[in-house]
Amino acid sequence: MHGTALAQVATDVPAISIERVSKTFGGAADIVRAVDDVSLAIRRNEFFTLLGPSGCGKTTLLRLIAGFEHPTRGRLLLEGEDISALPPYKRPVNTVFQNYALFPHMTVAQNIGFGLEMLGKPKAEIAATVDAMLKLVRMEELKNRRTSQISGGQQQRVALARALAPKPKVLLLDEPLSALDFKLRKDMQIELKRLQSETGITFVFVTHDQEEALTMSDRIAVMAKGKVLQVGSPRDIYDRPAERFVANFIGDTNFIEAELTSYVGRDGTIRLPSGVQLSASVPEGGVSNGKVTVVVRPEHARLSTETAGKPLTGTLENIVYFGTDTHYHLRLPSGEPFMVRQQNARDQANRFANGDVLGIEFGDHAAQVLRD
Amino acid sequence: MSDLAISSAPVADDHAEQVARTADAHETRGRWLLSLPAMLIILIAAIGPLLVMIVYSFMTKGGYGGVVWKPSLDGWFSVLYTRDIFDETQVTFADAHLAVFWRSLKLSGITTLLTLLLGLPTAYFIATRAERHRELWLFLITIPFWTNQLIRTFAIEEVIRKDGLINRVLEFTGLGQVLTSAGFKFPLLLLNTDFAIGFGMTYVFLPLMVLPIYASIEKLDFRLVEAGYDLYANRLQVLWRIILPIVKPGIIAGSILVFIPSLGAYVIPRILGGGKQMMIGNLIDLQFGQGRNWPLGSALSITLMTVVMIALMVYVRTASGNRSGAHV
Repeated sequence: MHGTALAQVATDVPAISIERVSKTFGGAADIVRAVDDVSLAIRRNEFFTLLGPSGCGKTTLLRLIAGFEHPTRGRLLLEGEDISALPPYKRPVNTVFQNYALFPHMTVAQNIGFGLEMLGKPKAEIAATVDAMLKLVRMEELKNRRTSQISGGQQQRVALARALAPKPKVLLLDEPLSALDFKLRKDMQIELKRLQSETGITFVFVTHDQEEALTMSDRIAVMAKGKVLQVGSPRDIYDRPAERFVANFIGDTNFIEAELTSYVGRDGTIRLPSGVQLSASVPEGGVSNGKVTVVVRPEHARLSTETAGKPLTGTLENIVYFGTDTHYHLRLPSGEPFMVRQQNARDQANRFANGDVLGIEFGDHAAQVLRD
Repeated sequence: MSDLAISSAPVADDHAEQVARTADAHETRGRWLLSLPAMLIILIAAIGPLLVMIVYSFMTKGGYGGVVWKPSLDGWFSVLYTRDIFDETQVTFADAHLAVFWRSLKLSGITTLLTLLLGLPTAYFIATRAERHRELWLFLITIPFWTNQLIRTFAIEEVIRKDGLINRVLEFTGLGQVLTSAGFKFPLLLLNTDFAIGFGMTYVFLPLMVLPIYASIEKLDFRLVEAGYDLYANRLQVLWRIILPIVKPGIIAGSILVFIPSLGAYVIPRILGGGKQMMIGNLIDLQFGQGRNWPLGSALSITLMTVVMIALMVYVRTASGNRSGAHV
């Protein structure tokens, strides 16, 4: 009775709460703010990704959760309990390291069993869990190999099994796929998703690869210069970037200048220099009316030989054929570039030629207003 | 014409390849010459004297040193037994030599253990400094090598002798009185004891332990240490289960480098042991000097070498045993 009541309360508590955490390195003269006043709530059973360029602080944030670093300010909660001061070996959190960090003097099975052994589990239980883990990552036949005798992809699986074996509350993954070749990386992406749904463990995944983040995550936090710029689902992040950096970092983007005439909640109306009025999305928290930058994704725009009444017009400068689609590079009257991506159809003749002046149109809410 | 050119081309290629290959073979065949100087030195300075010693150990001792060229097993016999001076048929087991062997093994073992206990944390400390500071620390560690061993050893004597530095300091600070009233003898008589020899050898051989351990800790991937902490191992468990097994080759190398020269140590036991606390080195020296028993000296030397080799083999086997097994 009591237990179920507790469990029910606990499901509302985030797996990890990061409360105004900062981490600085170095002295007063050359101080580095690796993590700068970050607040995040990572939900239970979530595949959460920290995405950003190298040096954005994503790995430091992960190391703070693991306990290898301690916050300069702020605190970290694991399922509601303050873990800020705990050493890594007292946190029910395990890490998959970038280069796996498998113990070279142990076999595959000894590596996987190490965490359980340190937790003082009985031998029989360790053996059973190790076997279950080997099965989970499909490595049964390599149980007694040395870690130096297996391939990179297999080492990756052992690293995963080793980190999952103690059944952590949260699994931290520090760019675990970056050392693998393209094909293996694709396989492992699917494998990771499978493992996450099978184990039901919260995954916190660090990557600089936007495609990896988009395909695998439930939610993404985009980071730059130690700060979290935007948190949301992959679709949110891609379709509704709130800031220029986010829009630029993820996918190809067109930036156009416009005027925000009015908005209610997240629905706004913009007027383009051509005088055409369009509906547009406004970032959470709103922006001030007036001159704004608007984002339009290349695949959300269409080209037309008609120019009258279209939101934008441009001169076609370059056509790049990609097989599945074609990229049209245009120049707007303002001098800004604009790209349109159109899917190729078999029976479609190439209707446009370099030098054509074309109309560019996009539907309602294809345009996203930026905060900055 | 053009046909000819085409057909001759591969032949020319083949020929060129063959020439290159023979040149290669010449080169590799000639390469052993590079090791010739070293080989010669080993032959003249190591294997030659060894053979001489083996021969000497089976000869009769000369009256004023040297040997008489008459085969005899007396040298080997005297390693463990003595004959009565008056009645040559009276044979008794001589534990004096054995006692010296035992003291040497004990002191060398203790020295190895002490240098390991002191050297491991030192090496860890140096290996975890910023890269630009490490060289300075390594330099400081090797400073003892820069001074003559004899002078260093006399300096230790100066520190520990009856009115040396330690006893003076104890006296001036009044700690001497405290010791006396606590029932200890004061001044401390440290010189000419096993302690003095062990202390001296630990000091002299410490760098030989630090350097190989440093080399293997420097190569240690500290992410493995983090992985250990991450998998619930506390500091002691990380040291015991992760760091030590990985730096074991360095520990083995350091132990060998310390144990062997301490077993054959001569200057340190001579000066700090005062001739009372002999080690094998001194015993052997005695046979070639005052003892005038070269066959016994030779036999003792060969015995020492054999003991070292057996100890080494056993040590390396047991220390790295579990590793080689799993590699198959």
